Amino acid sequence: MADVTYDGATRIYPGTEIAAVDSLDLDIADGEFLVLVGPSGSGKSTALRMLAGLEFIDGGSVSIGGRDVTLTPPQDRDIAMVFQNYALYPNMTVAANMGFALKQRGIEKEERARRVREAAKVLDLEEYLDRKPKNLSGGQRQRVAMGRAIVREPQVFLMDEPLSNLDAKLRVQTRTELAELQARLGVTTVYVTHDQVEAMTMGHRVAVLRDGKLQQVARPRDLYSTPANRFVAGFIGSPAMNLIDVDPGNGPLQLGTAPITGAPASGTAVGTVGVRPEHLRLGSTGINGRVTVIEELGSQAFVHVAIEHEGRDEVLVVRDEGETDIQRNDNVQVGILGPCHLFGTDGERIDQ
Amino acid sequence: MSTERSQIVGQSRRSTIILGLAAWIAALLVFFPIFWMVLNGFKEEIDANSSPKLIFDPTSDRYTEVTTQTEGLLGFQEAFTNSFVIVAISTLLVLIMAIPAAYSLSIRPIAKWRDVLFFFISTKFLPIVAAILPLYIIGTRYGLTNSRIGLVILYTAMNLPLAVWMLRSFFSEVPKELVEAAQIDGAGIRGQITSVILPIVAPGIAATALLCVIFAWNEFFLAVQLNSVDGSTVPIWVSSNVSTRGNFLAKLSAASTLATLPVVIAGWAAQKRMIRGLAMGAIK
Repeated sequence: MADVTYDGATRIYPGTEIAAVDSLDLDIADGEFLVLVGPSGSGKSTALRMLAGLEFIDGGSVSIGGRDVTLTPPQDRDIAMVFQNYALYPNMTVAANMGFALKQRGIEKEERARRVREAAKVLDLEEYLDRKPKNLSGGQRQRVAMGRAIVREPQVFLMDEPLSNLDAKLRVQTRTELAELQARLGVTTVYVTHDQVEAMTMGHRVAVLRDGKLQQVARPRDLYSTPANRFVAGFIGSPAMNLIDVDPGNGPLQLGTAPITGAPASGTAVGTVGVRPEHLRLGSTGINGRVTVIEELGSQAFVHVAIEHEGRDEVLVVRDEGETDIQRNDNVQVGILGPCHLFGTDGERIDQ
Repeated sequence: MSTERSQIVGQSRRSTIILGLAAWIAALLVFFPIFWMVLNGFKEEIDANSSPKLIFDPTSDRYTEVTTQTEGLLGFQEAFTNSFVIVAISTLLVLIMAIPAAYSLSIRPIAKWRDVLFFFISTKFLPIVAAILPLYIIGTRYGLTNSRIGLVILYTAMNLPLAVWMLRSFFSEVPKELVEAAQIDGAGIRGQITSVILPIVAPGIAATALLCVIFAWNEFFLAVQLNSVDGSTVPIWVSSNVSTRGNFLAKLSAASTLATLPVVIAGWAAQKRMIRGLAMGAIK
């Protein structure tokens, strides 16, 4: 077990100008579950592969447990990785797959078998130890990939979208199991996903990346309540935060016809106003709008309301709890209940 | 309803039958000469040369004839021994060189790997006839004509480009993550190759080896030009049964059948390996 540090780590793929990961600074504590999240092409997988040693580091450094591993080959980093497609060795049985790393380290056969059995017990794989990967279901293969990682007792677990090949129901179940397993083992874990729900539910802290640059690292709660910039605000949360551009020189801040409380410190120009769907309410007062889409989820509904804002059309998504009898094309009023987020013209958060 | 499993949706029954029939005719056309050769080998010369008969008294006399050693002539045993040694060693050499080459052209591609690949195949552009004179001169100067070593070198060179090309495409099918997983699991390059890559590409290696064996076994031109006295191979032995004193079709058929057998056996042995699918269940 160890802490992990990225210190200005940069990766520029050969033949490209722009860094896939641009001077990443990140401290991951011992035993922490850190999630790297971002849209595709954000550099999250590259960042993980840099830690694994599968990607050359063009600038800065990476260290594991205080040891600079920037130039250390993967086999000497004492890490374990779970791949998106599991990468099980097709010619080996489940037991051999799990024991492969131990064998490479020259661990005795009996000891190897003992540790494989232990890990198999944890993951409920005991009866499959003699099977080949092709004779396993997707969920079982995923567990074998996990088993291969935990049997090594490595310093760090690296996981590259390990759940994305599972069907929706199994994914949710495995998500919980995985978080629970990590907490029990207490091994530092770096987990890559593009799914912000996975990031929020599993991570102790979540690092949001975009275009190779770190946007924000925070606990899920803080990421949700105080996003550092416009991008994080829009990326975290489902459905996304309503982000409406405002004209900086237009007098008092307004969303449609509704005034926005909490003016920024003087002199800062507001470029965007953000408000989460649960902080809006359909009622008898507020901004005039027309319902365009209703997403009924049973316990709640998300109502899309077209409003007029600064002379152009915008859509606000409003959460409506309980059963709603609103119809498409109804005229409604949207009231602002909770806090609004303000972002400058550069997209950065403006504290109120 | 599942009896017609091979039926394609929307295809009429009639066209299925016609296509099937055409396939059978094509296959039989290709197979017939081989069938006739085997048959002729068991006939008396007079039957083989007269009007074709399917029903006859089979005899193994022709086989005795062709395998009997005649003083001063290339014998069956000598030719087969030469061929076995030359084919086995050259194929082994090809694999020893082609496997690392394929690795460095696919799994960890070197810079300009496309150019390297083109260079390999470009060596096959030159017709072998155009090279025979220099080969002969060099061969005689270094004592490589009429020796097994000469043909081993030439057959290795002849098959290497093809083997590199074939193996490269098989190696390219190995999922990159598997090699990375092995790396993270602590395997060095040797461990990655022997424990992970080779078992997956084994069918491909078997297929490549089979082709090398076939090409080397059947090679005639170089053998007859360079090794007509010593170190002669099976194709030379077969052609030595072509006589100027008459048409001994049955005897020639027996010799050809014997020459074909090792390739058929090699093909059968390799097929068992090749059938196993590539990288099944490796990912997802």
